[in-house]
Amino acid sequence: MFCNPRLLLAVTMSFAVSGAMAQAAAKPTDPQIAHIAYTAGQLDIAAAELALKTSQNKAVRDFAEEMVRDHTAVNKQALALLEKLKVKPQDNDTSKSLTEGAAKEREELSKLSGAAFDKAYAQNEVAYHQTVNGALATMLIPDAENGELKSLLETGLKLFKEHQQHAEHLVGQLK
Amino acid sequence: MGVRSFVAASAALSLGLLAFIPLSRGAEPQVYVIEINKLAFASAPAELHMNDIVEWRNSDIFRHTATASDSSFDVDLLPGAKGQTVLKRPGVIEYTCRFHPGMKGRLEVAP
Repeated sequence: MFCNPRLLLAVTMSFAVSGAMAQAAAKPTDPQIAHIAYTAGQLDIAAAELALKTSQNKAVRDFAEEMVRDHTAVNKQALALLEKLKVKPQDNDTSKSLTEGAAKEREELSKLSGAAFDKAYAQNEVAYHQTVNGALATMLIPDAENGELKSLLETGLKLFKEHQQHAEHLVGQLK
Repeated sequence: MGVRSFVAASAALSLGLLAFIPLSRGAEPQVYVIEINKLAFASAPAELHMNDIVEWRNSDIFRHTATASDSSFDVDLLPGAKGQTVLKRPGVIEYTCRFHPGMKGRLEVAP
């Protein structure tokens, strides 16, 4: 399976992000958790914007539009909650590593076009959502102390799982 | 049903106004609400009959659709929006959200 360079890229990115998540093993605080979750959404929006700039494939564009729409909605709610709780999101190593990993990913993707881009984008979306799901379920949700933040993260996890499933469908469609 | 009302009912039928005439079971079509929230459809009502109406209400922060797997309906629902589906045929209809494939439901429509 690792003969496919695009899949290899997706898997490598996934490990890179997993590594970033693992660094935060020392129990993040709520302001840090909020920053990580918000960043994860923004990075997926950035990847989707690249897809909307590059791809001509309707299924890929529809998916990318959905990513922009859904993550914008959940992040808007996150900002409203943080304002209400008077919590300022705090940058941290996990957020930084996520951002750096995603920037590299976008750089690789931006070298591609046509069907090669579509496949790589869809595979990266599967890997990315899988990784963020893992982080939400095993670290961010259990470690969040504020109930409302925890609840919003749970919605985020549900959303990321739906997106992962949709991304898997997309990969199947592009074969 | 007298001859006159039978003729009226036939005329209504031919005009496609089936939903607005009394049904053989003697009940008016009912409107049932299925709410969508937190990436899930609420349970579908158990007592659905032909010509009843399902009203989809999207209370979520995300855009959703209610899309029948047999293509009999496809309702696009922005956050806060609602839309209606008239149940025109008896039987089982599975439905999902086109954007969030894990969201699923099932309507069982009696004649």
